[in-house]
Amino acid sequence: MARVASALFSRLVIIIPYAWLLFFFLIPFFIVFRISLSQTAVAMPPYTPVFDLLGGVSGIIEKAREFSFDNYVWLTEDVLYFNAYVSSVMIAAVSTFLTLLIAYPVAYGMAKAPKTIRPTLLMLVILPFWTSFLIRVYAWIAILKPEGLLNQFLLSIGVIGQPLIILNTNWAIYIGIVYSYLPFMVLPIYSSLEKMDHTLTEAALDLGCTPFSAFWRVTFPLSLAGVVAGCLLVFIPAVGEFVIPDLLGGSETLMIGKTLWNEFNANRDWPVSSAVATILLLILVLPIVYFQNAQAKADGEGR
Amino acid sequence: MKSLGSIRRSFAPWADPASKPFISVKNVTKKFGDFIAVDDLSLDIYPREFFALLGASGCGKSTLLRMLAGFEQPTSGEIILDGQSLAGIPPYRRPVNMMFQSYALFPHMTVENNIAFGLKQDGMPKADIAARVAQMLKLVKLEKFSQRKPHQLSGGQRQRVALARSLAKRPKVLLLDEPLGALDKKLREETQFELMDLQQELGLTFVVVTHDQEEAMTMADRIAVMSHGKVIQVATPAEIYEAPNSRFVADFIGDVNIFEGAVAGAEGGYVRLEGINGFPIRMASPETPATGVKSAVAVRPEKIRVGRQPPAHAPVNAIQGEIWDIGYLGDMTVFHVRLKDGRVIKASSLNAVRAVEDPLGYDQEVWISFGEDAGVVLKD
Repeated sequence: MARVASALFSRLVIIIPYAWLLFFFLIPFFIVFRISLSQTAVAMPPYTPVFDLLGGVSGIIEKAREFSFDNYVWLTEDVLYFNAYVSSVMIAAVSTFLTLLIAYPVAYGMAKAPKTIRPTLLMLVILPFWTSFLIRVYAWIAILKPEGLLNQFLLSIGVIGQPLIILNTNWAIYIGIVYSYLPFMVLPIYSSLEKMDHTLTEAALDLGCTPFSAFWRVTFPLSLAGVVAGCLLVFIPAVGEFVIPDLLGGSETLMIGKTLWNEFNANRDWPVSSAVATILLLILVLPIVYFQNAQAKADGEGR
Repeated sequence: MKSLGSIRRSFAPWADPASKPFISVKNVTKKFGDFIAVDDLSLDIYPREFFALLGASGCGKSTLLRMLAGFEQPTSGEIILDGQSLAGIPPYRRPVNMMFQSYALFPHMTVENNIAFGLKQDGMPKADIAARVAQMLKLVKLEKFSQRKPHQLSGGQRQRVALARSLAKRPKVLLLDEPLGALDKKLREETQFELMDLQQELGLTFVVVTHDQEEAMTMADRIAVMSHGKVIQVATPAEIYEAPNSRFVADFIGDVNIFEGAVAGAEGGYVRLEGINGFPIRMASPETPATGVKSAVAVRPEKIRVGRQPPAHAPVNAIQGEIWDIGYLGDMTVFHVRLKDGRVIKASSLNAVRAVEDPLGYDQEVWISFGEDAGVVLKD
C-alpha cells in the first residue's frame, strides 16, 4: 500500500507544475490567441465571434469559420507596430547591456567580499524590492526632471551651465530599466561567481596569466551561465515594459508595451492587442529557448 | 660499511659542501593576523631533488608551498630561486609551476586546451604549442582524451591532466600540493612510482607537500618533517625513519615504541639507561648524554623480537609480557604485548614462510627483546 501511495505522490509532484503551466500559462495563452483571431465589435465582450454552447456542434463550427488572421495582416500593414517591436527590442538590448556593465562589477565585488559580509551585501541588493516598484519609478521623475535633484546637483557644482534634458528621453528609460532590473542581473552573476573555485584563478596566474588575462580567460567564461541568465531575466521583461517608458519616456518613445496598452484601453481593440501580445511572445520565445540550451550545457559541465 | 635503510644513494648533493642549493628558504616567517603559519623557517633544496614537505594539516607546509608559488608573500625572510630573490615577484613571472590539490582544471576547456593554456599565454607559436601538447599527452598517456572536458575524465585521468598542464611550460621547479590525495590507494601507489620516473626523466626539481608519510618516504630524496610552522628534521627517508632526531619525528613517522628512562652510564658508543619499567637498556648512540639525564629510546615494532624463551642478553633489552592482541596483515603479523605494568608494546614480524609450527597465540607468556642497535636514543 505504501508503495502505491508513494508512487501516487511522486506522480502528483510531477503533475502539479504541469497543471500550473496549463492553467496559468497555456490556457490564458490560448484565450489570447483565440481573441487575436477574432474581429473587434461594439459588444460585450468587445469581439466576435462569441461561442454559444446552445447552438450545438454545428453552431460552433459555423462560428469558427469567422476566425481569421486579419489582425496579423493588419500588424504588417501598419509600420507603427514593426517600429514599436524594433524599438522595444533595441531599448531592451541597450538597457540589458548597460545593466550588465554595472551588475558584473557589483556581483564580482560581492563574490570577492569576505564571507561574513556577503549576506549583508545580498540583502542590500534585494532591499529596493521592499518599496513599491511604481513609487521607485516616480522617484526617478523627481531626480531626472529639469529642475530635479540631479540637475540641481550638477548645476551647483558647476559641471553644467543649464539643466540637462533627461526626463522623457530614451536615456530616462535606460536609467529606469537599469535601476529597476539591476538585482535580476546581479543575483545570477553573483551566484555563478560565488560558487567558482578560486584555485582556478590561482592556476591561471601560476600558468602565466596576469590578473587581467586570468579574468578574461577563466573567470568570465565560467560566469557566462550567470551572465546569460541575468541578461534574459532583464531583457525579456524589458521588451514588454510599460510602466517605465510611460512614466519616464517621451511621447515619441515607441515601445510595444505602450502600443499594447493603447490598443487595449484607448482603442478597446482586444483582437489587435491580442495579436500584438502573441507576436511579442514569439519574439521572446527565441531567447528563452537559447537560455534553456545554455543552461543545459552549463549543467552538463558538472560544476 | 653500514648505511641506514636498505638503499645506497648516489644522489646526495646536500652532503656535498661544494654543491649550491637551487631553492633557499631563508628565515621565512608568515603570519596571518596573530597566527604564525610559518615560523622562521630555513631550508635548502638542491637541483633535481625530489623534496617532500611532510606534516599534519595546519603545520604550515602548504603555506610554504604557496609562498614558493607566489600566492603568498613572506611576512619576513627571503626565498631565493636559482640565485634570484623571489621577493615581490608575482606568480605569473616565476619559473615555477604548481599542481593543485584539487587539480584546478579549467572546466570550460578540453584536456588539450588545459595543457596549452600556459603556452598560449606566453604567445608560443601555434605549431610549437601543438607539438608540446602532443608530447605532454604522450608523457601522461592521455593521447586519446585530448578532446574531452575535465568532467568527462576519471579522477586518475584528471590528475594526469593537471600534471601535464603544470609540466607543459617546462618550469624549473614543479610544486605539487598533495598530488595524489584524491586517488584511491592502489592508483596512488602506482602513480607514486610514475611521478618518480617522470622526475628522473625530466631532470626537474620537485617540491611535494603531503600529509601521507608513506607517499613522502616512497618518492622523496629528502623529507622535511614540519610541525607548527617549523622544520623539525630534514633528512633522507631512511634517516628520518631509522634516526629520527626527536620524539616528535619518531612518533610521526611509522609506529614506534618509546622507552623512557635515565642515563646510567655510557661506554664505547653505547648508552645504558635504567628505570624503564624494570629492565635496563643498552643502546648504540653517537652522542653520549651525561649520566642522570632523562632520555628515551625509540624502537620500531619490526625490530622487536617476540619469543617464548628469554634471549641470551636478558635481562638487558628484554622483558616479559603477555600477548594481548594479534593482527594478521598477510605480509606480516603485528603483536601487541602487554607488560606487567600495563604498557602495551608493538612488535611485528615478517611472515617469510607460509606455515608455522606451533605459532604464538593470545594470552601467552612471551619475551620481547631487541638488539643493541635496534633503536635510537632521544633526548627528552
